[in-house]
Amino acid sequence: MTEHGSIIYLEGVTVDYDGFKALNNLNFIVNHRELRVVIGPNGAGKTTLLDVISGKTKPAAGRVIFGKDRDLMGMREYEITQLGIGRKFQAPSIYGNLSVWENLDLSLSRPSKGIFATLRGISTAAEREEIDRTLETIGLQEQVRKRAGSLSHGQKQWLEIGMVILQDPELLLVDEPVAGMTDEETEQTGRLLQSLAEKHAIIVIEHDMEFVRQIARIVTVLHEGTVICEGTVEKVQADDRVREIYLGRQKVAHG
Amino acid sequence: MFWLVGFVLLFVLPILNVLPAEDSWLHVSDFALNRFGKFLAFAILALGLDLIWGYAGILSLGQGVFFGIGAYCMGMHLMLTIGSQSVYGSALPDFMVWNQVTELPFFWKPFYSFSAAVLAGLLVPACFALIFGFLAFRSRIKGVYFAIITQALALMAWLVFNRNETNLGGTNGLTDFKTLLGFRLSDPGTQLALYVVTVLCLGGAYAMCRWIIASRAGRVLIAIRDSEQRVLFSGYSPATYKLFVFVVSAMLAGLAGILYVPQVGIITPAQMGVLPSLEMVVWVAVGGRATLVGAIVGAVGVNLGRSVLTNSFPELWPFFLGGLFVVVVLLFPDGVMGMARQVRGKFAERAARLPKSQAVEGEQT
Repeated sequence: MTEHGSIIYLEGVTVDYDGFKALNNLNFIVNHRELRVVIGPNGAGKTTLLDVISGKTKPAAGRVIFGKDRDLMGMREYEITQLGIGRKFQAPSIYGNLSVWENLDLSLSRPSKGIFATLRGISTAAEREEIDRTLETIGLQEQVRKRAGSLSHGQKQWLEIGMVILQDPELLLVDEPVAGMTDEETEQTGRLLQSLAEKHAIIVIEHDMEFVRQIARIVTVLHEGTVICEGTVEKVQADDRVREIYLGRQKVAHG
Repeated sequence: MFWLVGFVLLFVLPILNVLPAEDSWLHVSDFALNRFGKFLAFAILALGLDLIWGYAGILSLGQGVFFGIGAYCMGMHLMLTIGSQSVYGSALPDFMVWNQVTELPFFWKPFYSFSAAVLAGLLVPACFALIFGFLAFRSRIKGVYFAIITQALALMAWLVFNRNETNLGGTNGLTDFKTLLGFRLSDPGTQLALYVVTVLCLGGAYAMCRWIIASRAGRVLIAIRDSEQRVLFSGYSPATYKLFVFVVSAMLAGLAGILYVPQVGIITPAQMGVLPSLEMVVWVAVGGRATLVGAIVGAVGVNLGRSVLTNSFPELWPFFLGGLFVVVVLLFPDGVMGMARQVRGKFAERAARLPKSQAVEGEQT
C-alpha cells in the first residue's frame, strides 16, 4: 500500500478538543474504488475522522493527502468538496423546501458554483440526463416534483446519497446511512452502496453489525482515536482486542 | 397581476390625482398620493429584507441603518441646494451656522452633485454591508447572533448620527429642503413625479428580486435556510451567497432612503435606529415571508394602518404594532400571503372534488 495508490492517506493525525484527543496519532489509508467500513464504540472518533477528511475539523497535527499529492490541510469545506470528496451526513441533510429535482440540481457538479455563475446558469440537456440517471439509481423517479421535506426518512437518506453522487466525487464519506431505516430500506441501501463502490471509493461509518456483514470487504476498527485492527469481517471479529472493546459488548445480544 | 398592479399604481392613481375635481369622490389628493409614495419607498426596502430574511433565513435588524445612510446622502444634497435661501442666508446649512461651523466639512463636498448623491446613497450602504457582512459571515456568525449584532449596529448608527460633532444635523437631522434638480419640492407636480419615479423603482426592484429568486442562485439561498451544512458540502460557499444577498438588501434599503427624503422632507436619526429597523421586520412578517409580494403588501399595509391609527389614537400605535407582530407570529406565520394561499387552497379543494383533475403534487415556496 504505497502513498501513491491511495485515494485518501492520513498520517499521524491528532485532533485535540481541549485535552480530549478525539483522534490520536491516527494512520489511515483507503485505496481507489474501495468500500471501507469504519466501526468502533461511541466516542471512538469515527465521525471526527470524516470531519477531518471533509475539512470540517482542523487537526492539531498530522497530514491528510487526497489522491496523489493533494494536501487537504487548511482547505475550506467547499473547496474540498469541489476537489471530489462528497459527504453524506448522519441525519438527513437535504433542502426541505425545494423539490427533489431542485435538490439534485443544486448538488450537481459544475465548473463554477460562484454567485455569478448560478445567477445566470440554466441546466443543459446532459445535466438533466445525469439527474435522471441518478433518480433511477436512488429510486425516486416518482417523487421528482415533491417537496423534499415531505419524503419519508429512508427516501430522504437516499436523496442525500443521490445529491452526493451527483457531485461526482472520487471519495464518498457516508455516516451511519441506515440509522432509523426499516429492514427493507437497510437492504436496499446496502445494495445501493455496493453498486456505487464500483465507481467510487467509499468510507462508511456504521453501528449496525448486520449491515456491516452485508456490505463490508475490509473493516477498520477505531478505539480512542486510533486504529486497533483492520481486515476482513471475519478477521476483525476474531481479534481479541476488538472482542474486548467493541464486539464483546455487542455480541452478547447475538449470543 | 404584476402588470395590473403596475398599471394602477403608475397610471390610474396619478390620473385620479390630476383629472377629477378636488371635491369629487374619485379624486386622490396630493397628500394621499405623497403618503402612498412614501409607503412604496418602504416597500422597496421590504423587498430587500424579504430576500435576506425570507429566502436566506438571515434576520437583519439593521436595515434601518442602510435606509438612513441612503436618506442622509440624498438629504445632504438637498441641504446644499438650499444655498443662500436658508434662514441665515449662509451658503452653509442652517444647523452648521448654529453649531458655529465655518467651513463645509470635506465629506459634504461631493454632495453638491445630484448624481454623486444618488450613487453614494446606493454605494455607501453597499460597501458598509460588504465589510460588515464579510466579517460576520466569514466568522460564521448566524441566527440570533447575527440579529443581535445588526441590532447593535442600528444603535451605534443612531448614536453617531445624533451627535452634533458628526456634522449631520444631530437630533434634528436634515430638513427644510427647497428644490430638487431645480424643481420646487412643494409643487404638487414635483411630488407627482417623485411618486412615479418611486413606482418605477419599486417595479424594477421587484423584477430584479424575482430574477434572483428564479435563478439557481435563488435556490441556493433557500437551500442555505434549509441546510447550510449541505450547501457547504455541495461545493458552494454560503458566506459568498449571504454576502451577496446582504449587499443587495442594503442597496435596496439605500434606494428606499433616497426616494423617501424628498417625498417626506425630513430625515432624522430617529428613522434609522433600533425601533424603525424592527418595524421593517414586522412589515415583512405581516405580509408573509419568502413571497416578495408579501413584503410589498406588508410594508404598504402596516404603514397605511399606522397613518390611520396614529390619526385617531396616536398613543396606541406601538401597542397595536407589537400586538400585530405577536398575533402574526403565533397564528399566521406565513402572513397575509399565507392566509391568501390557504383560502385559495380551500377553493381549489372544493373545485377539485367536482371534476377528476390531475393531482397537483407538493407546493412550491
